[in-house]
Amino acid sequence: MTALTNDHDLHDHDDHHHHEAEAADRYVFGFWLYIISDCLLFSTLFATYAVMGQSFGSGIKPEELFDLGFVAVETALLLFSSFTFGMAMLGANAENMAKTKFWLIITALLGLSFLGMEIYEFVHFSHEGATPQTSGYWTSFYSLVATHGLHVTAGLIWMFFLFIHFKRDGFSNENKIRLACLSLFWHFLDIIWICVFSFVYLRGAM
Amino acid sequence: MVQTDLIKDPHVLTGKLHWGVIPFHDPVVAPVMFAAILGGLALLALITYKGWWGYLWKEWFTSVDHKKIGIMYCIVALVMLVRGFSDAILMRTHQALATSDAFGEGYLPPEHYDQIFTAHGVIMIFFVATPLMVGIMNVIMPLQIGARDVAYPFLNSLSFYLFLVGALLVNISLFVGEFAATGWLAYTPLSGIEYSPGVGVDYWIWALQISGIGTTLTAVNFVATILKMRAPGMTMMKMPVFTWTTFCANVIALVIFPILTVAIAQLTLDRYLDFNFFTNDDGGNQMMWVNLIWAWGHPEVYFLVLPAFGMISEVTATFSRKRLFGYVSLIWATIAIMLLSFLVWLHHFFTMGSGASVNAFFGIMTMIIGIPTGVKLYNWIFTMYKGRVELTASMWWVIAMLITFTVGGMTGVMLSIPANDFVLHNSMFVPAHFHNVIIGGAVYGYFAGFTYWFPKATGVKLNETLGKWSVALWFFGYFFAWIPLYYTGFDGMTRRLQYVDNPDWQLPMYIALIGVAMIAAGIGTQVINIAWSIYKRNDPQYKDVTGDPWDAHTLEWYTTSPPQFYNFGDVPYIKDRDPLLNMKQEGIAYKRPEKYSRIHMPKNTWAGPVLGLLTLPMGFGFVWHIWWMVIASVAAIFACWVKLNFERDKDYYVEVPEVERIEDEFLKSNEGRSFYFEKHAKYYKKWKPTDQNDSSVVAK
Amino acid sequence: MKKKLFQSTVLFSLAFLLSGCDLALFDSSGVTGKEIGDTILLTMGLMLIVVIPTILMSIWIPYKYHASKSDESYDPEWEHSSKIEFFAWGVPVVIIVILATITYFTSYSLDPRKEIVSDKKPLTVQVVAMDWKWLFLFPEEKIAVVNEVAFPVDTPVEFLVTSQSTMNSFFIPKLGGQIYAMAGMENRMNIMATEIGEYRGISANYSGFGFAGMRFKAKVTSDEGFAEWVEGVKASGQVLTDAEYDRLIEKTRDHKVEYFSSIDPLQFKNIIESFIGAQNGSN
Repeated sequence: MTALTNDHDLHDHDDHHHHEAEAADRYVFGFWLYIISDCLLFSTLFATYAVMGQSFGSGIKPEELFDLGFVAVETALLLFSSFTFGMAMLGANAENMAKTKFWLIITALLGLSFLGMEIYEFVHFSHEGATPQTSGYWTSFYSLVATHGLHVTAGLIWMFFLFIHFKRDGFSNENKIRLACLSLFWHFLDIIWICVFSFVYLRGAM
Repeated sequence: MVQTDLIKDPHVLTGKLHWGVIPFHDPVVAPVMFAAILGGLALLALITYKGWWGYLWKEWFTSVDHKKIGIMYCIVALVMLVRGFSDAILMRTHQALATSDAFGEGYLPPEHYDQIFTAHGVIMIFFVATPLMVGIMNVIMPLQIGARDVAYPFLNSLSFYLFLVGALLVNISLFVGEFAATGWLAYTPLSGIEYSPGVGVDYWIWALQISGIGTTLTAVNFVATILKMRAPGMTMMKMPVFTWTTFCANVIALVIFPILTVAIAQLTLDRYLDFNFFTNDDGGNQMMWVNLIWAWGHPEVYFLVLPAFGMISEVTATFSRKRLFGYVSLIWATIAIMLLSFLVWLHHFFTMGSGASVNAFFGIMTMIIGIPTGVKLYNWIFTMYKGRVELTASMWWVIAMLITFTVGGMTGVMLSIPANDFVLHNSMFVPAHFHNVIIGGAVYGYFAGFTYWFPKATGVKLNETLGKWSVALWFFGYFFAWIPLYYTGFDGMTRRLQYVDNPDWQLPMYIALIGVAMIAAGIGTQVINIAWSIYKRNDPQYKDVTGDPWDAHTLEWYTTSPPQFYNFGDVPYIKDRDPLLNMKQEGIAYKRPEKYSRIHMPKNTWAGPVLGLLTLPMGFGFVWHIWWMVIASVAAIFACWVKLNFERDKDYYVEVPEVERIEDEFLKSNEGRSFYFEKHAKYYKKWKPTDQNDSSVVAK
Repeated sequence: MKKKLFQSTVLFSLAFLLSGCDLALFDSSGVTGKEIGDTILLTMGLMLIVVIPTILMSIWIPYKYHASKSDESYDPEWEHSSKIEFFAWGVPVVIIVILATITYFTSYSLDPRKEIVSDKKPLTVQVVAMDWKWLFLFPEEKIAVVNEVAFPVDTPVEFLVTSQSTMNSFFIPKLGGQIYAMAGMENRMNIMATEIGEYRGISANYSGFGFAGMRFKAKVTSDEGFAEWVEGVKASGQVLTDAEYDRLIEKTRDHKVEYFSSIDPLQFKNIIESFIGAQNGSN
């Protein structure tokens, strides 16, 4: 996010606040548009997964590997991180930096644990003979789940830089826009994960 | 050209790159390569000698001004048009020579010919049509809605450089290695690593992936601009038609380009990491590629043609000296086309064997698009009806478009009938059809818009006579080039043939060659026209002093030509679909407002060119498997991104005295102008000169 | 001047169309092909009813309302007419409804996958697209031929089509209909020739460097002629062994005609199944 407004320009208050509100509106709206295009990206991956759902070739099948309990924990972590992000947003609305940072750290830790579990799962599956090269099914499985994982990673990196921004500028207008966009992004990833959980793991395990 | 046996195992430093991949000995490519290198060096030397680097960097390369970015898009598009068209000349001459009862030899081996038709398609769609359209949209759309810039000026600059990197990669492939020889949509499994082991498909992948991401960003940018930055009073149904079509086109792009991104990423994984998306073996599914690529590819052609429709609408209304006929139905027709465009992709492969019901559905959906398209044609024709049609060069393009596009629409509906398609599919009829609609619909529309808005972007009007010559040459050239190929299509000639064993087709091939020569002359005339008009830029016949050379009705003409960096000194309140005519009639156009306010503007930034161009070594490294180069560029991109994020000082204000100084000069140049409507006042029944101040009489 | 040039262009195109009676698609020697050729001409004719007036209007109206005429009917504020809008939408709707009806019925009746009804027993030919040649397997006659195929006139022929490598399209323009050949999948196309003769067969989907030479002769014979042809192939004495098949897999261009007098009856099935886990596209 590259906001146009900056906080050192205080010549004209009305003008300035008008630009701030307008910029916030414009950037958050643009981020919604980005999320639409990301939705399409995931839809394509889901469609691919649906097409290749039975293309096991001579490779191993998912019901032999999927462990719903394990995935349930992953899901819980991510869902809970959405809740903690919501708490951070409440903190930000009250301009309470300590509270915002505390809940963001919790969110990041939950996100990291989720990623850790996902990587563990991938390593485990590969050892059992399900690599992306095994068959069309596993190709589509890994590309879908890992794309979600990459998004989570990007969200975590974003969070890291947001901390530095907070340290430098506090609740500046730019930083509020950043936080609002990241919040949208994080909840969006949660929704995508619910789809992954239902369409990939639940269906695959049965 | 690189043969597969020239591929070596990757080296740590140079990847798959070695001297053998550079075609020093190719009689066709080597001279072009040396000429290009010499020409490039001469250009660089000239810029250095004249000391232009600082100016170019400050005023152009780092600019976030939508008008300058738009002009850069158009320049690259025109250069690539010459490149893409030379491929067309090679193809037509080759096929004319390669047709006989025995096998004509031609002069290009399949390894070369097959790259040429692939490169031609890729270049014309991605690096000519798209940037020409995006360039014109960039210059005009924000002006039409009274915005100071697009919603995200930096993103706009980045989009341009990502597109530029795509174009550069395609051109590099001509001299270093090879380009894909798979057809422009790289059907799997032919484009998979098993059947295309060379780097050609990798060039295709990275050129399209990088420029495609640029297009997605452009789409986000333009949709947000149109929805969020319109002048006060301009409701959606008061937007100019060109802005409407730009909006619908970019909604299409926003939806489809992620599909292309995913499809190409999947092909990349197949080729680089042995995934099994589209392979013959291990559960891969080649039909999925065909579906994905056309789920992107068909809406893509509407993405290209819709803005052309908008341009045609603006030009027709202006030069018919009339309000546009049937605005509301034009808008609904545009929206209908936008929605239907997502439901027709399967008509590209009726012959895959999906079954009669599926084919019938997609065939009928396809021909339904003919309805809103037909409505548009009638609306343009009836805009001229009861008008005072001035046949300027841009109007000639419009009429050329109406005729050519109607024919193309007809052949399109013929192809949409699955039964017909079972014999016409992949025949010469198909390229004849899509050139008919892309040249006749999109390209003529762009040229109409280009001629119409050239004075707005540059302050110089193009030469009318030369302009009309290029229309005539293109128009007749088109029919000479493609009617014979429709004919051979009916005779069962397949496209993409490197040699042809049917002597019956020799005459059509020669006639087509004449057509291509005519189009070449048309392009030549256009290049001369642009050069000549710019050379005569201070001649009163060419110079646009008022900012409104055509006495037009929309807002982009309510500023200087070229517009000031802040576009409008004062953004008016919009009361009508033809806001400028409305203001002229109310007597408030080109009058000093009560007061000017200071203007908030973004500063230029290094980040667009640096971040964008860093994807070039990244893409090149990926193509040749030079991993250190990939890692270094990605790291550099990340570092630049972080630096950009922590930058302050990204904007500034233009203070009132400066605005006043510039605007006063502009208003002076418009003093005492008498407008077209004043001279024809008696025909304006709804407008009464005496009621000048009662706006309700004119405004709707 | 422009108008005159335009007229000559129209004449030029009409001349092409009139000479079209001997074009492959309109002079079809196949039952479906004939009907498809008629459908093309019918649909084109229907559209020309609208297309020609539209083109004439887009020339006549700017001529009639040209600025130099200073026509008194000038009405710069005129922007809407329900009557014209009705026709602007109505005419395309009517023509598309008619064409959609034709589309709906011909999609079923002229689908090349539909079996052709005839008194005669249909002949089955299995087709394999290879780099860059066509292999024809006759499971009943137990013969195989490269780049040549023969079948009797007035007999329905069912082609089962697959590919050994890339995507191709199996097409005999004079007989009508084409279908994609894809590895690991079996596609189907039915043809019945009505005239004896030798026709060009091609691949209609670009498949690589040897694509232009990927042609075959389609010989339509009498019943006796077909029997003779089969005898001729059998007389070649060459067996399509695995080694021979591996030789055919090698990339070759402008491959010559080859006869094989004996094949494994399960050859075609084995070729399809050699692609592990591929979908069966034949439905």
